[in-house]
Amino acid sequence: MSRRLFPFHGGVHPEPHKRESNTTPIRAMPLLPRYVVPMRQHIGEPARPTVHVGDHVLRGQIIGEAQGYVSTAVHAPTSGRVVALEPRPAAHPSGLYDLAVVIEADGDDRAVAFQPLDWRNMDASALRNRVRDLGVAGLGGAVFPSYVKLNPGAQRIHTLIVNGAECEPWITCDDRLMRERAGETLRGIAIMRHCLAAERVLIGIEDNKPEAIAAMRAALAALDADDARGVEIVAVPSIYPAGGGKQLTYLLTGLETPSGGRSTDLGIQVFNVGTAYALWRAVELGEPLISRVVTVTGHVAAPGNFEARLGTPLVDLIAAAGGELPGATGQIVGGPMMGFDLMDDAAPVTKAVNCVIVKNATLFPPRAPDLPCIRCDACARACPVVLQPFDLYWYSRAKDFGRAQSYHLFDCIECGCCSYVCPSHIPLVDYFRYAKSEIWQREREKLAADQARQRHEFKTFRLEREKREKAEKFAKAAEKTKAAAGAPVDADAERKQALLKAAMERAQKAKEAVQPKNVDNLPPAVQREIDEIEARRAAARDAAEHPADAGADK
Amino acid sequence: MTGSPHVHVGNTSVAAVMAKVMAALIPGTIAHAWFFGPGIWVSLLLCGLFALVLEALLLRLRGLPLKPFLGDGSVLLTAWLLALSLPTLAPWWLYLIGTLFAVVVAKHLYGGLGQNLFNPAMVGYAALIIGFPAYMTLWPGPIGAVDHSLTLWEAFDLVFAGQGAVSHDAVTAATALDTWRTQTRLGTPVDDILTRPMFGWIGARGHEIVAAMYLLGGLLLLSARVITWHIPVAFLAGIVLTSGALHLIDPAAHADPLFHLFSGAAMLGAFFIATDPVTAASTPRGKLIYAGLAGFLVVVIRTWGAYPDGVAFAVLLMNACVPFIDDYTHPRVFGHKRASKP
Repeated sequence: MSRRLFPFHGGVHPEPHKRESNTTPIRAMPLLPRYVVPMRQHIGEPARPTVHVGDHVLRGQIIGEAQGYVSTAVHAPTSGRVVALEPRPAAHPSGLYDLAVVIEADGDDRAVAFQPLDWRNMDASALRNRVRDLGVAGLGGAVFPSYVKLNPGAQRIHTLIVNGAECEPWITCDDRLMRERAGETLRGIAIMRHCLAAERVLIGIEDNKPEAIAAMRAALAALDADDARGVEIVAVPSIYPAGGGKQLTYLLTGLETPSGGRSTDLGIQVFNVGTAYALWRAVELGEPLISRVVTVTGHVAAPGNFEARLGTPLVDLIAAAGGELPGATGQIVGGPMMGFDLMDDAAPVTKAVNCVIVKNATLFPPRAPDLPCIRCDACARACPVVLQPFDLYWYSRAKDFGRAQSYHLFDCIECGCCSYVCPSHIPLVDYFRYAKSEIWQREREKLAADQARQRHEFKTFRLEREKREKAEKFAKAAEKTKAAAGAPVDADAERKQALLKAAMERAQKAKEAVQPKNVDNLPPAVQREIDEIEARRAAARDAAEHPADAGADK
Repeated sequence: MTGSPHVHVGNTSVAAVMAKVMAALIPGTIAHAWFFGPGIWVSLLLCGLFALVLEALLLRLRGLPLKPFLGDGSVLLTAWLLALSLPTLAPWWLYLIGTLFAVVVAKHLYGGLGQNLFNPAMVGYAALIIGFPAYMTLWPGPIGAVDHSLTLWEAFDLVFAGQGAVSHDAVTAATALDTWRTQTRLGTPVDDILTRPMFGWIGARGHEIVAAMYLLGGLLLLSARVITWHIPVAFLAGIVLTSGALHLIDPAAHADPLFHLFSGAAMLGAFFIATDPVTAASTPRGKLIYAGLAGFLVVVIRTWGAYPDGVAFAVLLMNACVPFIDDYTHPRVFGHKRASKP
């Protein structure tokens, strides 16, 4: 069984470090006294809290409901009392706080009644709405609400790609999940395939996970013939970032997701294996998404994978893995290539948290000081998107953002391959993030300026009109009084006014036709990023404007 | 604080890249010493010393830290390439002036490491061949072609005192490229030219083995992925196609492609000079255009130019075109229908 693969350009081979955490089974976390459940656990609109301080909740009860289309519900991880509803530290690169429901566990862990769904005979739309209320979002890291992706809409989806590549070093939660819960994962995939009416299913797993591949193949052989038809488990070469959505799609099908588009444009939908498993639990057991598998690894006493309830403070999760060893230098949430430094270990596990790595100075030495770029093109050879990072770096540094954009800065997926191989140790991805945020900021400023100008112009136009109308009224009155005298009407002024008005309308139309780029139709991830950057800017502005207030707070 | 990625491949740095290139120069340098005497050690030492001192001085003047920039090895590589390009028995101040142009003018006045438009070693060479053409002929003859084989001490004497126990005349000889150029223009029959002592089996005597060693070093660089195949292959192809066409048209006036490949600085240029990442084109298609045209220019300059070898001028001319070439040869980005335009 060898399917033709389509290797993508570039890629790197970082030290895998999978063995540290993938040799032991997934461990369950003990019940904690307190859970902090953020309302923003997915891309899109955060959930709207439906409980109040003092309320008693049951495990699996909705505590935040989806608001808007791109949103999904959030549930109580255990039974207990709501003790706070306030901003709490969140596991996010910005270090910003997010609104969270804090639940004090009562120790009974009583659950609401779960209702398994008869998905094969259900109305598709009703099923999706149930999936939304069961809180399923993409567990590969992007946390896009799954019910949205399960709606093929007008597009025909011929292929479902299930991402079990797990190409980031250190992370093994999908590996363990596929080894231990292959059957359930495959049945979750069957539900996805049913919703999308896809003919074939390609499950891509990196070949550095032979046990997972074997377990999945064995489970596939045991699956109902109906569900197994057209499903193929494909071992893909272990090269980072084979687990990137667009990269895996290309690797398996040879199709390039168009720039700015989605894989659905190609008739392909991509889900993570963890999402498939969560979907199976949600649909076949009726159990909402209240826990996920998280890898805890690095400089801890007993690295491994944990079934952690959403809302588990990361400090407790690390403690469950034996705690940090002496010499720990911080934590990374996510993988070492795309993850971020954790600001506060009180931040909880969310649907987006797949891995926590405790750093030390040997495993994660501080970055060497950077030297000038020597244009060696090692970055270009490593770039999976075929960008020329050294040029983008040059333009970003020179603040020549127009050029950076015309060389497709916005196609950068920030996978980190370029920074990883740079002999001059230049933090290239940081430059690209900076350039992107600057461009967004400028375009928003331009938009704001355009709006202000439009308002101003309309005001001038309105004042003119009022003056004119007043003048006309006077003229009419005067005409009436002078009618007897037979005074001539000022036709020339009338004509001038009409000309002026027409010119203004033309100018208005021309202005409306000019649309700023890159700020509309943004993917939700980007929109979220922009919002956060904006929030940080606002916070910084506030701090700068009210230094006295800030001091008083302390 | 910097963001992701939190890891680095680790085994690479500017210093490591430079060190690999210098390591790949060792076979060629040893062959050079074997065939042309110990003079190369003297010129190498002088260029290296001058380069380090000038680099330190310029870094100090520019207010930059010495350690990271002296430690990156780039200036030593420049000095090494310059020494290999220059005749080895020239007076000491010639090496000083060459290094001055390479390090001060070509590198630091353009902004230092990574910023220079022109290959520093070639700027040094070009300045000398324009300014001091007579001294640039002081190439020692290959063993077997000159009467006297030089000792290290005699080489020092010639470089510093200009005159010693031996005279320049006894140890220097015209190069094969030079002889070919002057003699074909005089109308000397090809068979007669090729029997002269400076000609070897396929190229210039001695030089052909040195060139083969550069080729070997270049292949090492390729296998270590320090360079990609594009520039050397296009450069050599440019030479072969151009000289091959000329040779086919008039074999009596134009040497065959093998002679062009294995004499002068063709191999050094293909693997070590044209591949300087800072001054070479960087996109895959750009590299082919840049190096292919450089190879073409090498033969054109050797054939019709005023200078014996064309590598330095060919590379410098193409260096000047690099920003333009790069701009118009960006590859097609993933998910786009066509290649990007500036």
